[in-house]
Amino acid sequence: MLNAYFGDYITVAVFMAVGALLVAGAIFASSLIAPRRPGGFKEVVYESGIEPIGGGWNQSHIRYYVFALLFLIFDVEAIFMFPWAIRLDFFAEAGLGITVLVEMIVFVVVLVLGLLYALAKGVLRWE
Amino acid sequence: MSFWATLGLQVVAVLAVMLGLALVTIYAELKISAHMQSRIGPYYAGGRWGWAQPLADGLKFLQKEDLVPRLADSTVYRLAPYVVIVAALAVWVVIPFGPSLVVRDLDLGAFYVLAVSSLSTLGVLMAGWASANKYSLIGGLRAAAQLIAYELPLLLAVLAVVVQAGTMSLSEIVAVQAEPWFVVAGVPISAPFIVKGQIIGFTIFMIAAIAELSRIPFDMPIAESELTMGYLTEYSGIRFTMFFLGEYASMVAMSAIAATLYLGGYALPGVPAATLNVVGPFVLLGKVALLVFLMIWFRWTWPRLREDQLQAMAWRWLIPLGLLNIVLAGIFKVVL
Repeated sequence: MLNAYFGDYITVAVFMAVGALLVAGAIFASSLIAPRRPGGFKEVVYESGIEPIGGGWNQSHIRYYVFALLFLIFDVEAIFMFPWAIRLDFFAEAGLGITVLVEMIVFVVVLVLGLLYALAKGVLRWE
Repeated sequence: MSFWATLGLQVVAVLAVMLGLALVTIYAELKISAHMQSRIGPYYAGGRWGWAQPLADGLKFLQKEDLVPRLADSTVYRLAPYVVIVAALAVWVVIPFGPSLVVRDLDLGAFYVLAVSSLSTLGVLMAGWASANKYSLIGGLRAAAQLIAYELPLLLAVLAVVVQAGTMSLSEIVAVQAEPWFVVAGVPISAPFIVKGQIIGFTIFMIAAIAELSRIPFDMPIAESELTMGYLTEYSGIRFTMFFLGEYASMVAMSAIAATLYLGGYALPGVPAATLNVVGPFVLLGKVALLVFLMIWFRWTWPRLREDQLQAMAWRWLIPLGLLNIVLAGIFKVVL
């Protein structure tokens, strides 16, 4: 049966579709009773009451891209750690628990060294 | 019952639970905040204790004009609330309310929760970027940086639970916590993970969860006194309501996940396993209510963190602590 195999995927997809329908329904209901008079100053972006100076997508100082890089490293690491966490039981019963654990500790320590390097380079020091 | 009929029932039930709990949480937040500040709070709507205030607010938002700024990236601007609500609803698929009261017990449950709940980051970033407003852009960038920084402690805290439980299925994680831990005078005693060595994990999870929800003390993305309303500045009417609803629905969902992972979920020591399909949902709701109250309490207890303090807290403290917690969980698992 198709549903037995794809049931999980179908369920998640249906829930996501229903979530989208919920928003669409609410916006539709609102469009029935809400006033709609476009134009004028209400379509100008809010900038504390004065007319906006320059566009909304001006150059801005993005200090966060270093964090994005750091995040990527740790996120990939986490993908490695999930299978390890699941199989730890299996290896412990096979008598390899200590080996597998030490291997992961080495892996984690290398990552922490990377984090320490980033901290030493002053990623978190803002002037 | 056929697959589709069951699925339909599940969708209706989850929608009812999510919207109902979100409305109750909004009301609770209004009322509890008010009492913490020696006010009365909502009083008139609905006739008694202002119980209908969230509904009245929703109805009012429904009648407001739906504005899209002229310079905004219209498509992305309109799409952002969809992403947030879809993520908020999809999390509920794996949350178990009882031994057989779960929509789908995915094998990847814990992983799925993390993946789906981080989808809302995308919605927030879309909203901030598409508004073409400087406040929104700064708020959106702050939100993205905050959400990725606190995604990691959240993930590491969950990993420690996975190490201890040996499974990622949320139903099985609850079952492991309901198993007898030790026997005293012939009576088996079970204990949730928070007692069985995950107290650090629970603390990290709750801090990271509050940061993921952008609630005070981690509400830099929508800091009113400097960014007006952050990425929500340009949103009005029903689209704003959708973000608002998504926020409270995720707050309840996050509490339910914390309750499931650390507080034993629907199981309660002393409640016989045979009755859990009836009693279980109420046990879970009780634990969720406790955690939601904690979050509301925190809001009126701590001041907002500065942006660099917020980043430093995640990178300097929570992530190393989370890694240490995993190593400890592994050592307990293998050696003991």
